[in-house]
Amino acid sequence: MAHAWTRVKRSWELYVLLLLPVLYLIVFKYVPMFGVLIAFKDFNIVQGILGSPWVGLKHFEALFRSPNFPILIQNTLLISLYSLAAGFPVPILLALALNEVRTGLFKRSVQLVTYAPHFISTVVMVSILILMLSPHVGIADRLYGLFGWTAPNFMGEPGFFKSIYVWSGVWQEMGYASIIYMAALAGVDPSLYEAARMDGASRLRKMLHIDLPALVPITVILLILSLGNIMGVGFEKIYLMQNPLNVATSEVIATYVYKVGLLGANFSFSSAVGLFNSVINLILLVAVNTISRRVSQNSLW
Amino acid sequence: MLRSRRIKEPIGDRMLVAAIYAALALVAVAVAYPLLYIVSSSFSSPRAVVSGQVWLLPVDFSLRAYASIFQSSQLMLGYWNSIVYTVVGTFLNVAFTVLMAFPLSQRRLAGRGFFMVLMMTTMFFSGGLIPTYLLVKELHLLDTRWAMWLPGVFSVFQVIVARTFFQTSIPAELQEAAEIDGCRDIRYLWSVVLPLSKPILAVLTLMYAVGHWNAYFDALIYLRSEHLFPLQYVLRNLLILNASDPEMLANTTKGMRDQGFEQALKYALIVVASVPVLVLYPFVQKHFAKGVMVGSLKG
Repeated sequence: MAHAWTRVKRSWELYVLLLLPVLYLIVFKYVPMFGVLIAFKDFNIVQGILGSPWVGLKHFEALFRSPNFPILIQNTLLISLYSLAAGFPVPILLALALNEVRTGLFKRSVQLVTYAPHFISTVVMVSILILMLSPHVGIADRLYGLFGWTAPNFMGEPGFFKSIYVWSGVWQEMGYASIIYMAALAGVDPSLYEAARMDGASRLRKMLHIDLPALVPITVILLILSLGNIMGVGFEKIYLMQNPLNVATSEVIATYVYKVGLLGANFSFSSAVGLFNSVINLILLVAVNTISRRVSQNSLW
Repeated sequence: MLRSRRIKEPIGDRMLVAAIYAALALVAVAVAYPLLYIVSSSFSSPRAVVSGQVWLLPVDFSLRAYASIFQSSQLMLGYWNSIVYTVVGTFLNVAFTVLMAFPLSQRRLAGRGFFMVLMMTTMFFSGGLIPTYLLVKELHLLDTRWAMWLPGVFSVFQVIVARTFFQTSIPAELQEAAEIDGCRDIRYLWSVVLPLSKPILAVLTLMYAVGHWNAYFDALIYLRSEHLFPLQYVLRNLLILNASDPEMLANTTKGMRDQGFEQALKYALIVVASVPVLVLYPFVQKHFAKGVMVGSLKG
């Protein structure tokens, strides 16, 4: 104890540095965590968070009974799983492929081009989608026309929403997401490649037995993080892509919380929805992490 | 001599490599084409855009769309606001990130584990949208510029990136030497660590700046006054909600509007909004890659 105190005294300036960021964490991160109490109350502005009456699980019951509930869960899960199934392997394949290419102009150009869409804002990304997919004037319509087909109204057709969302995401993020795998591949011990060559291994075998195993640790970590966030589909892009025609397949928990809570000023109910979502995410994260630690010795903590 | 020593690759390997090159070229074209198409459309005449003559390069080269954009005071104000949010916001972000990351990188900090847990918890659990909104409201930050800066003043992920850098790239002996010379922590950070940390400071600046420039969500939630709206918010109104800006259409005739002038305008808007980031990007590409890699090292 006395020893710890000397350490604190010797490095007191470090605590001065920490003061502002820690204050930020407490005010902007921990206070809202307690603000989540309003999910168990009937919040009204006049009485404030502490003064509003307790109502127990009323809002949660309302959520579970709501006819929207199964649709919300279904859309959220489907979009997440679809994104994961399509978006997760592509950057790995891209990194493996780029790793086979000799450093030079070609490799640098491919990297430059594929990373670029990452820097486009969500608003611009969705605008591009709408412009390209709009009936009559969009380029998709014209491509269909070349074959003599009539293009559907992509953004207005509920059945297309998830695919447009997911594949535009792959288009935008695959390059940037591949960087982390490239880093892992760069760290492979060159003597492994030499040994493989001595044994007469083909390139394909080398990729399968050296490169792929080298990617396993980072892949597992990223997979845990994505699975732990499976109910946390991003609000921004979905909200912008939504329109009255596709809302049946595009309404997810995050957009619902925003509409009911902020637009409808139904603070308590939408906090309950948000809390439900966070808790499921947390349980998933802990569960996936535990399983992974047992099975593969790779884990976040 | 050198050539004869190289073993010729087997046919299977050469075919694999050829297939990889072809696939990568295809991917690059698929990513680049939409971007090129947008730029070309923005420089084409509205009639060419709407009648579908643009495939690859501009048709009927025209700058009309751009001329109209710069007449819109709404858009120019949005541009200015975004610059303010980005410059001030990025400065605050980097400062807070360093303030948090540097002490956490020092082994002698008693309670380091506690501070780490305090910070990491917020990565996995948060109060959510509504409680955060109510907090910002309680603090009277709604509809002020501070609402754009304070609620996300640093990201836990970037703190971990910076902390990893401080731990791995700055030798601990420097601190011991500094201490013997009577240099305390704040001065050590300012005069020794920061000058050695330029690469990571560059990475943080770029990451945060791009985030600010591209953000619209905080504006959507916290801002009400038109004079505070950032560029992305204005763009959303014009491009996605299809609000038209009378100033932009001031010098156009009805005939022009019928010929799809607004359509051409949208392509130009996209270009104007994305240019600041995309022009900088090739120069900083290496830093971005480095930032991701530093973050991937386990600290």
